[in-house]
Amino acid sequence: MALDQSFVGRSYPPTDPYEVGREKIREFAEAIGDANPAYTDPEAAKVLGHTDVIAPPTFVFAITYKAAGQVVQDPQLGLDYSRVVHGDQKFAYSRPVRAGDRLSVTSTIESIKSLAGNDILDIRGEVHDEAGEHVVTAWIKLVARAPEEEA
Amino acid sequence: MTAKIAYDAVEVGTELPAQSFPVTRATLVQYAGASGDFNPIHWNERFARQVGLPDVIAHGMFTMAEAIRVVTDWLGDPGAVVEYGVRFTRPVVVPDDDQGALIEVSGKVAAKLDDNTVRVDLTATSAGQKVLGMSRAVVRLA
Repeated sequence: MALDQSFVGRSYPPTDPYEVGREKIREFAEAIGDANPAYTDPEAAKVLGHTDVIAPPTFVFAITYKAAGQVVQDPQLGLDYSRVVHGDQKFAYSRPVRAGDRLSVTSTIESIKSLAGNDILDIRGEVHDEAGEHVVTAWIKLVARAPEEEA
Repeated sequence: MTAKIAYDAVEVGTELPAQSFPVTRATLVQYAGASGDFNPIHWNERFARQVGLPDVIAHGMFTMAEAIRVVTDWLGDPGAVVEYGVRFTRPVVVPDDDQGALIEVSGKVAAKLDDNTVRVDLTATSAGQKVLGMSRAVVRLA
């Protein structure tokens, strides 16, 4: 069943702050096999003009995806999560995420479309630091595939 | 932010050094732990097949993380990435052997924009098929 269009534009309350730790960044960088010293060595990061180690560009996804769970699991919206696949992902940065950041995410439903029985949901997550400054915006497109036809 | 590539040194068509990224089951387990994404399609073959996949597949976000390395290694400073987006078109299938799969990524400058920024278009393939579409980054050069 198509999702309710009246949810378009709906925003959810900002999430509790997520504190970005140096060792969590290191763990993520190691998991993607990326030895860039800006992720692990504060001195190397400072040479590049950063105040502490920075996170790889996609690190913030875990935080914004968890925040998008408010939308995905909203019983009023009624998305069938068992059929959801990740369609698109995009980030726009004001600055890189860095160790010590305390990040809060505000999720908004940007659009709801129905295409060939699939529900397509675009969620925008605005990520701000403790000072209220914008850090990054993440857009996620989720596609809930149409239920298979009854045999 | 101090990218080591100068805006004036690149033109539309400039190619970035291509890279290949191996991915095994062990890689996926490690990425699951680091990212907190424990969806069993990324580590449980029985479950993956039950939901209609050919085998265990890599996290799309893992592929996205690898693809941008072609850009961040070129730049030196990952903080110079201004925008980055992809479409997940096909899964990277990761067999249960020592080789696993290979994600091959190339990139080239597609447009020179304002404020010393350029758009880089990325191509990511595995087993000869494109796994990302619309894979683009905007980066600020020196």
